[in-house]
Amino acid sequence: MENIIELDNVTKRFGGITALNKASLKVTRGEVVGLIGDNGAGKSTLIKTLVGVYSPDEGDILIRGKKVNAWNALKARESGIETVFQDRALTPQQSIVKNIFMGKELRYPFGFIKEKEQIFEANRLIREIGFTSKLINAESPVGNLSGGERQGVAIARAIYNKAELIVLDEPTNNLSLNETQKVFDFVLNVKKSNRSVLFIGHNIYHVYDISDRFVILDRGEVVHKLNKNDISTPEELMKIMRDTIGAH
Amino acid sequence: MSNNNSYLSNYFHRNGRALGSIGYFVLLMVIFLIGAPEAWIRPNLHQSVFVMMPTLIFLTIPLVFLVASGEIDLSFASTYAVAAYVFALLVKNGVDPAICLVLGIFTGAAIGALVGTLIVVFRLSSLVASLGVLFLLRGVILLLSNSRSITIMEVENHWIYPLLVGNFYGFPMQIFWAAIFVIFCYYFFNKHVFGIHIQHVGDNSVSAEQMGINVNAVKIKAFMFVGIGSAIGGIFTTMITYTFFPTQGFGYLLLALAAVFVGGTPYWGGLGTIIGAVFGVGIIAYMEIGIIAIGWSGEWRQFFNGLIILLALLGHRLHGERVR
Repeated sequence: MENIIELDNVTKRFGGITALNKASLKVTRGEVVGLIGDNGAGKSTLIKTLVGVYSPDEGDILIRGKKVNAWNALKARESGIETVFQDRALTPQQSIVKNIFMGKELRYPFGFIKEKEQIFEANRLIREIGFTSKLINAESPVGNLSGGERQGVAIARAIYNKAELIVLDEPTNNLSLNETQKVFDFVLNVKKSNRSVLFIGHNIYHVYDISDRFVILDRGEVVHKLNKNDISTPEELMKIMRDTIGAH
Repeated sequence: MSNNNSYLSNYFHRNGRALGSIGYFVLLMVIFLIGAPEAWIRPNLHQSVFVMMPTLIFLTIPLVFLVASGEIDLSFASTYAVAAYVFALLVKNGVDPAICLVLGIFTGAAIGALVGTLIVVFRLSSLVASLGVLFLLRGVILLLSNSRSITIMEVENHWIYPLLVGNFYGFPMQIFWAAIFVIFCYYFFNKHVFGIHIQHVGDNSVSAEQMGINVNAVKIKAFMFVGIGSAIGGIFTTMITYTFFPTQGFGYLLLALAAVFVGGTPYWGGLGTIIGAVFGVGIIAYMEIGIIAIGWSGEWRQFFNGLIILLALLGHRLHGERVR
């Protein structure tokens, strides 16, 4: 199976604190990887390094087996990695359409924007993702939307860009049951189309249900890598997590 | 019906601030017309407003970009003079005025880039840092020019003079260039990646960064644009009056900032309106000239300028607070 992305012994420090210590992780095509760990385990640092918001102090990042230099957020997006950040990474005073195309606007020559095409696509995506309110259209400001709807905009962005790997950072936080189910459906659809998902979550049950493989992080180190068939229940996963963290 | 409502509400979200400042402008005109109808129908009043407006437009519109990016710049009032000084000095030394013009604008861009880099890289407060640069550059100008003005009558015989600031059948050419500048900026702000990225950066720079926008580069470019606008304003004024004088531009500092905010661009970043700013400039320019024209003493000018800024802020408040 082809590796979409691979982190090889990546270390990231902030001042004197080592947030990530020689962490290695890979995501192959068509799989859903669940990343779990306690608060402060380094999940957020790992994700932000993976998607180019932080650049690693040591270690390599490989895209489809090839090492990349000067890794940044733009390069990550150009390599087919889209992220739905925990804070949704939206600009609330701007319209839905501007948010969906943020940083990857459809352009004419000289940087002018294909506004009509963007609005058409955004309206299509909003319907696809299941915005039901007629009061909402592509030109509505994001600030008027509910938490679930904002998550929908962030996901629509990932869908539009047809990412090969979609990173979902705590995607079910603050969502209703119905909205959580929508996120799950979305993940399954991505997997069905032979693309990959990295799913980060606090809720072990959510992560267990959706993932093929689990990576457990503790104090900046990858302490466990498990396949779904290694364990039979979410409780077992939780026990492993508790034991490793305790023993570590 | 509900679709109609959402169309209207989106339209108002996009254009409400511009409409607000157009409303103030119309109101001001009506007040002047009722207060002093004879002065108001004399064409020379409007002519003098139209002579003042282009300079203020070159200063104000780029500031809309910068304020929308979440920063502010006060140093533009000195950049204005530095660019004019470079222009005048080179013209005086026999360099072709067209080349001087390009070098003057380049000077403005370079100062903008330096100020922007200083603020962005060292994470300084743009208000305080640019205040420092404002004084620093003014000091440099006063020292270099020995506080003396430079007269450049020779520009009149060069082809750029009639093209840029000449009179075309009684129509000052600088108005034409200011109009082109406004149209260009309207598209640049609303339909171009540069303007759109500025709005994202000013709205939430963390989100913009996460989506791969180079926040620092966007901000530095916005500072450069302010430098370019100030340079154009300074050089145009120097050509119109045939004179560089070392204190020039200082008077525009507060007027241009007032025009930005009266024009409906909020101070907190993420939003801005070019059309609104044009009417903001109109309001400020008419206040400056109109008060005298209707026969009131100049002392009233500052009073009314202050009043209109406060009223405009209160009015734009009705349009809503920042959403997060």
